[in-house]
Amino acid sequence: MSTADVADVAGPDAPADRRGGQLAAAAAWLRLLRSELGLVFGRKRNLALLLVLAAVPLLLGSVLKVSPLQPGNGGGNGEPAFLTQVTGNGVFLAFLALVVESTLALPLAVAVVSGDAIAGEANRGTLRYLLTVPAGRTRLLGIKFAAIVAFCVAACLLVSAVAVAFGAILFPVGPVTLLSGTAVSLGSGLLRLLLVALYLAAALAALGSIGLAISAFTEHPVGAIAAILVITVASEVADAVSQLGPVHPYLPTHWWLSFDALLRVPVAWPDLGHGLLSFGVYVVIFGSIAWAKFTTTDVTS
Amino acid sequence: MTRSPAARPGAGEDEISFGPTAATAEDPAERADLPPSPDADAAAVATIGLTKRFGAQLAVAGINLAVPQGSVYGFLGPNGSGKTTTIRMLLGLIQPTGGGQRLLGVSMPAGANAVLPRVGSLVEGPAFHPQLSGRANLARLDAADRTASPRTAAARIEAALDRVGLLAAAGKRYRAYSLGMKQRLAIASGLLQPRELMILDEPTNGLDPQGTREVRALIREIAADGTTVFVSSHLLAEVEQICSHVGVMRAGELVFQGTLEQMRGRGAARILVRTAEPALAAQVLSRLGLADVTVDGREVTAQLGSQAPETVCAQLVHAGVPVAGLDTPRASLEDLFVELTGEGFDVNG
Repeated sequence: MSTADVADVAGPDAPADRRGGQLAAAAAWLRLLRSELGLVFGRKRNLALLLVLAAVPLLLGSVLKVSPLQPGNGGGNGEPAFLTQVTGNGVFLAFLALVVESTLALPLAVAVVSGDAIAGEANRGTLRYLLTVPAGRTRLLGIKFAAIVAFCVAACLLVSAVAVAFGAILFPVGPVTLLSGTAVSLGSGLLRLLLVALYLAAALAALGSIGLAISAFTEHPVGAIAAILVITVASEVADAVSQLGPVHPYLPTHWWLSFDALLRVPVAWPDLGHGLLSFGVYVVIFGSIAWAKFTTTDVTS
Repeated sequence: MTRSPAARPGAGEDEISFGPTAATAEDPAERADLPPSPDADAAAVATIGLTKRFGAQLAVAGINLAVPQGSVYGFLGPNGSGKTTTIRMLLGLIQPTGGGQRLLGVSMPAGANAVLPRVGSLVEGPAFHPQLSGRANLARLDAADRTASPRTAAARIEAALDRVGLLAAAGKRYRAYSLGMKQRLAIASGLLQPRELMILDEPTNGLDPQGTREVRALIREIAADGTTVFVSSHLLAEVEQICSHVGVMRAGELVFQGTLEQMRGRGAARILVRTAEPALAAQVLSRLGLADVTVDGREVTAQLGSQAPETVCAQLVHAGVPVAGLDTPRASLEDLFVELTGEGFDVNG
């Protein structure tokens, strides 16, 4: 079959009305997104990252099984509250794993994927071929961000699922006693875990938007990845310095652990709202920067 | 950043900048099927004062390309003469700092989404995902094309691979491809759709003679389908056999543009006399006012200038020179190319 024959077959696809046009555009968008997801989740490096993320709850669970912590051992601020509860209820292994991985492991994985998004394609030269197809610069950027968000959600859900499964094997599972002391049913506990995972995914997506913006400025993915990690660590350090108190609410990592609001009755919505607002603002600001740069930049790679 | 329309050269300037080309275009067109002076709107590629400045360096200095529809246009010039920068501007990858360009009559980069699906391209060498197979890489590019139907994707990808002879290696990872296979895959990516224009940047770069011949045959085939082909090269010999038109770049400027015949015609005509009495012949040629008279064994050559060869012949015979042979050799295209681009050593001083 020659290419001309095939083109004739493609002809009737041309949408006549506007609605059809929008549908076709959406279908084309999804097609490229699927291709992008295939690339992100098909890369061995990214799969290895997910594997490491999934291994952390296994490690934590094993350690806690072998030498359980006694209540009171872990100081009194936030995280250790989970630690002492894990042995009592396997579901808490998921909360613990998310807290532990949110400081470095999850940001690292998101840094790799988002830093590579544009810079990786530029570095390989595949960007110029995508743009001459033409994929459309704004469209491509949107798809890159959508794939980053998908990776963030997948990473958080993966950690949660592995932790719950492994926690259920090692420890008793039953009604979940929340941080506020109220006990809720296992189903309600798992639903709250799902919301926690999605909240953390939103936090990571905000970091991913920063990564995407940095990625649009360079042809060196490793440089972009390093820059995102530096920003993450700097933000975490600044967040720990009490003298910088007035700045804390504006730091990208400040609201990450506010998900413990979901583990109280009643749920502390204002904290969650602040966090989600912060992530949204970061996405808007850095999404705009990425767009402004990427849609006007000279692609010389 | 594109400047305001006011900054664009007007029609008058346009004519001036087309000057050198227009002069040669007055010759009767050698190929009847090609319009002698292409209309900018009908041209497959048209640029007016296209300029790119990187900081202090002027990479492309206001060139006026006119690539007629249906032509095979050889875009020649030594490395670093601005060919790739021009091609990147044509495709909207980089913004010109001055002037503008049209592809198939559509203004770029504003009309990129409308016109680029009709243009296949290979820019500065192949670039694909090394972990994916050739077929998967083409599927990736096809997925990026809003105008491509997913239902026909598999068939179109197979057809493109078949056309460049990569079907057998389609499942192999790109990482394992030889340079020639990589180059062919890049050409295949331009063949996923029927195209009206193919822009090929150094398609034979790094290929062995066999691969070069294959790519040349492929370009001929593409052109035979009615597709306009714009092909760049730093080696005239690689495209000379397939081009109907040439544009020659030198240090960011378009120093020649026209048909291949017009370029041949540019060479200073010489006369060559084969005779048993070269000294006498040289004397006669000098007397006739011909410049650069050189004797080499039994051959005497000189620049013909405005003299007609038959007049010179008559004068030689009249002076008693036994003329064994007379010829008006043209400078080779390679010589002309070198003369235009100033490449290499100028032995004639």
